[in-house]
Amino acid sequence: MIKLDNVSKAFDNQQVLDGLSFEVADGESLVIMGPSGAGKSVILKHIIGLLQADNGLVEVMGHDMLTIGGPQLQKLRRDMGYLFQHSALINWLSVFDNIALPLRETTSLSKSDIDDRVMEVLGLVHMQDAHLKFPAEISGGMQKRVGLARALCTHPKVLLYDEPEAGLDPEMSSEISRMIRRLKEELGVTSVTVTHSVNCALTVGDTLAIFEHGKILLSGPPTEVLNSDHKRVREFLSAPID
Amino acid sequence: MTFVERAGAKYLAPMFMVSGFGMSVAVGVVRRLPHVRLRWRTLLDQMHVSGIRSLHVVLFVNFFIGMILALQLGYELSRYGQQEAVGFAVAISMVREMAPVMTAVVLAASVASAMAAELGTMKVQEEITALEVMSIDVISYLIFPRVVALTLVAPILTLLANVVGIIGGGIIAETQLNLDYGGYLTNALNALSDPGFLGLPKSLYSGIIKSTIFGFTIAVVGCASGLQATRGASGVGNSTRAAVRNSIILIIVLNFFLGKLIYT
Ligand SMILES: Nc1ncnc2c1ncn2[C@@H]1O[C@H](COP(=O)(O)OP(=O)(O)O)[C@@H](O)[C@H]1O
Ligand SMILES: [Mg+2]
Repeated sequence: MIKLDNVSKAFDNQQVLDGLSFEVADGESLVIMGPSGAGKSVILKHIIGLLQADNGLVEVMGHDMLTIGGPQLQKLRRDMGYLFQHSALINWLSVFDNIALPLRETTSLSKSDIDDRVMEVLGLVHMQDAHLKFPAEISGGMQKRVGLARALCTHPKVLLYDEPEAGLDPEMSSEISRMIRRLKEELGVTSVTVTHSVNCALTVGDTLAIFEHGKILLSGPPTEVLNSDHKRVREFLSAPID
Repeated sequence: MTFVERAGAKYLAPMFMVSGFGMSVAVGVVRRLPHVRLRWRTLLDQMHVSGIRSLHVVLFVNFFIGMILALQLGYELSRYGQQEAVGFAVAISMVREMAPVMTAVVLAASVASAMAAELGTMKVQEEITALEVMSIDVISYLIFPRVVALTLVAPILTLLANVVGIIGGGIIAETQLNLDYGGYLTNALNALSDPGFLGLPKSLYSGIIKSTIFGFTIAVVGCASGLQATRGASGVGNSTRAAVRNSIILIIVLNFFLGKLIYT
């Protein structure tokens, strides 16, 4: 489904990805953990075609992301959902309109179908009551949930979650993690999740990869990785999370 | 590097990159003209935002411009006993040059800066990226309504500016130059009846054509600067400043070439 092979990316003189390789099978959930500023968001942006690799191969659903044309990329993105680290809701649209936006702009659904679908995904994230509020009027955690609802509303096959639990209270954080797990199990979506939370990694991941200095240090089933005695992995996991 | 090369790398290269991007935005908007059917609601909203909200400033500024013209031209004309011609002089200066340019400058300061700040904030907060990721056409959804709205609003505001400018001049003519208001107005309207293309009053339509092009330019520059905002605290500030500066420069330069084109 998703394949990165020996991918490198540098900004100015800063090597952010340096020979990064991994594969995500159809229906698999990969979790990536790594220090802040390591380039985790950059990985997700390569997968959705916002950034292009300097070297190496990025392949998503059979498309080479380096050579893919504009119209094909648009079509591919309709099958993908992206939860942004800072939600990235449109600030002058209400919660309801934010979620309805991709449906109105990219599908030919009727108004009542759109209304139903929006309220359905808002229900999934327990946000129906706030559907008339504006992004500035709700907390960061609530914005996150609306962002998640927006990513889900078009029935994507691949979901990319950028720190889905960050900024949420512990209860909501495990709720979101369980929701991501449920989506995977019920709908068979393939996902890549970037997170700082061990709990989230354990709940969500089929595979856990530790990412640092532009490549994967270690990957495998989450419990194995978390219990490994790899020196850097131990240091990283025992450090207080910012 | 020689001095010339360094100056080129520092000033010219970014200028070409900025204008290249502005051009691509302009072409993108023109190519989406059929989208007007989809976007008429946001278009009306934007006309309200950019038109009604800057109306009072446009009227205020142009009223004073009319008074300034009447006062200065009136004093000079009266030295030759020609103060009756002040209506003619005010009307021509107002309609051909001052109203289109001053209105455009007001719009550059208020609307181009607002567009750059608004879109720049969206860009920095990854809202624009989010639209891209959802396969939403950013030019059609965000830029098209703003550019078309200002292109329509600028000539309307300029027409109103003409009216208040000439009225302002008339008040000075009556109170300071001892002229009769009715005579001033007849003189002014006569000046504007110079026939051009298809017998239409040439001064009037030259001003309107110019202001339409100014409106388009201001909105394109404002939007393009916003879309190019970079991350960091000064990103949005820089793009706002660039929007105002570049649109005023373009207005002045375009004004010269358009005037030359229409009057030769
Ligand atoms: N578009 C960009 N242009 C320049 N530098 C970037 C860009 N995107 C990310 N970076 C840099 O790459 C590094 C990794 O960023 P990011 O992926 O956001 O880290 P994180 O692992 O916390 O998500 C940072 O140093 C950031 O400054
Ligand atoms: Mg990040």
